[in-house]
Amino acid sequence: MDYVFPNEINVTWTVMIVLYPYITGLVAGAFIVSSLYHVFGRNELKPVARFSLASAFVFLLFATLPLLVHLGHPERAFNIMITPNFTSAMAGFGYIYTTYLILVVLEIWFVMRADFIRRAKGTGLAALVCRALLFFNLHEDEQTRKGDHKIATFLAGLGIPLACLLHGYVGFLFGSLKANPWWATPLMFVIFIFSAIVSGISVLIFHYFVVSFLNGWKVDQACVRSMGRYLWGFMIVAVALELLEILSIAYKQTEEWEVLGELIERKLFLSYVVLQFMTFSLIPFLLLGIAALIKLRERLANAITWIAATMLLAQVLLMRWNVVIGGQLLSKSLRGFTSYFPGLFEKEGVLIAVIIFTMPFIILYVFHRIVPLFPDAVPKSARTAER
Amino acid sequence: MTDCKSFNRREFIELVGAGSGLLLVACGPVPPPPGAQAKDDYDWTKHYWAYAVDTAKCIGCCACMRACRAENDVPEQYFRTWVERYRIMAGGEVHVDVAAKDDHVFEKPAEGGDVVKAFFVPKLCNHCEKSVCNQVCPVGAAYNTKDGVVLVDRKHCIGCGYCVQACPYGSRYIHPQLHVADKCTLCYHRITKGMLPACVHACPTGARIFGDLKDPKGELSTILNQRRFRLLKPEMGTHPKCYYLGLDREVV
Repeated sequence: MDYVFPNEINVTWTVMIVLYPYITGLVAGAFIVSSLYHVFGRNELKPVARFSLASAFVFLLFATLPLLVHLGHPERAFNIMITPNFTSAMAGFGYIYTTYLILVVLEIWFVMRADFIRRAKGTGLAALVCRALLFFNLHEDEQTRKGDHKIATFLAGLGIPLACLLHGYVGFLFGSLKANPWWATPLMFVIFIFSAIVSGISVLIFHYFVVSFLNGWKVDQACVRSMGRYLWGFMIVAVALELLEILSIAYKQTEEWEVLGELIERKLFLSYVVLQFMTFSLIPFLLLGIAALIKLRERLANAITWIAATMLLAQVLLMRWNVVIGGQLLSKSLRGFTSYFPGLFEKEGVLIAVIIFTMPFIILYVFHRIVPLFPDAVPKSARTAER
Repeated sequence: MTDCKSFNRREFIELVGAGSGLLLVACGPVPPPPGAQAKDDYDWTKHYWAYAVDTAKCIGCCACMRACRAENDVPEQYFRTWVERYRIMAGGEVHVDVAAKDDHVFEKPAEGGDVVKAFFVPKLCNHCEKSVCNQVCPVGAAYNTKDGVVLVDRKHCIGCGYCVQACPYGSRYIHPQLHVADKCTLCYHRITKGMLPACVHACPTGARIFGDLKDPKGELSTILNQRRFRLLKPEMGTHPKCYYLGLDREVV
């Protein structure tokens, strides 16, 4: 019954290409949170403003790694910038990525210059690194602080469209492929941006709670509550767009729905219907709604928010999986489906993916050791003592 | 043995040299295939290659697949060309399969039932005028030649697989050993020497027709002027140059 074109039996894009949009999504989302504070003056987000900017930076550092692992010839990766084919959506990647990386690095430099100066005045290797980063200019006064702030705000504002471009571009890579009915939708661009913001806020909430717990810090309630509300809002838009896309195709009952309906029913029922929507979208939606609308005890509200954020991290990963892998399960013969199950130890397997995904967290820790990402964190014991 | 020993080295060389000279005078140079030109004379602006498939003539022998594999060293489990077998059952159900095993021989269908219509359809890269694989290649390794062939620069391809995803016909794959995109080249190394692509050469029934659209009196142009044909997935806007004669609506 099933007929798959013979070259489509093996899936070309696997775990690494699932991980790549996932990591860039985290970058874009984390950056948006930092900009909510730096540009839009959401002062309640100040406790995580530096942390979110640094998170965007470390994820950005590793965003290209899955691609390099995936490429048949990683040594030719720079061909994409040396001989770009401008009719290709992918050709813009090198430029967009580099521009964004430069912007994030500059913003970090201006936002954290005072901290780098403080650290540079100390001793040891970290101090030397900081001095080098500051071009050995440790001068600082009210005027320089004002200037830094001005430039950082400008960069944060400029970064918002760039963040959208970086991740919207990833959606465009898929959405513009007319040969694949599962991908070819203009909505893909927008869906990717919103899901990126969802994953970015989620990883910040998840990580903020974990770091606070491990260090015995008091979690800033106003900050968490605000992030929880933003997360709720953005996840509603993201999921609504995802549903709208599929419902409009289903309702139109065109020829492509015959095969897409079958794809969902036969190949993606568990990962798409049961897990992505019924479990990891619906439950966080309800949990965040409860946390936002009902006055709960702090600990309970925090637990609910953390669980919802963790589930949404999984939801976005599932979404990436269902897009990237799901689209390749469907044969362009429109007559059948192939199968794919990830390997654990292969070159593009789960283990390498886990290692790549862990790296940004390690670098973030190193970053934090050089320049504290939570300078205003209050230890739980101190707060109790004050009382 | 004793006779052989009676020749010394000088006598032997003289004998072989004289014999070879006589043979060359008698036979002349090895004649080129009909219509062949030396590669140095090839002018790609004077040709525009295209392909037609007369589906009614295909008998599913898959000689084309074997010839392609031998000529182009196609890796196992991947295909530059393949032949699809369609069986339309009495209830309207459509069964499609490919002789994908190494010997490329169609197996007896496992399922029974009344077949009301059956036919074979050879497939290959459509060498589209507006090839989407060319459009999406981020480094320009995929390109359309002036004589109408879509090729891959193996020394420039980064192996990202974007072209594989973009091709509506499933004609591309990532070469498992070379790690670059690979596909039908219309046997470019042969056609630029005036030879036919291996699949066309091997086809015993003339189901595969190769020709030059810039030759108005050529076989391909004549067929396209006289016969009705269809393109695969014309809605993709890729302007494929593989023309199908007598194609059933079930074929995509």
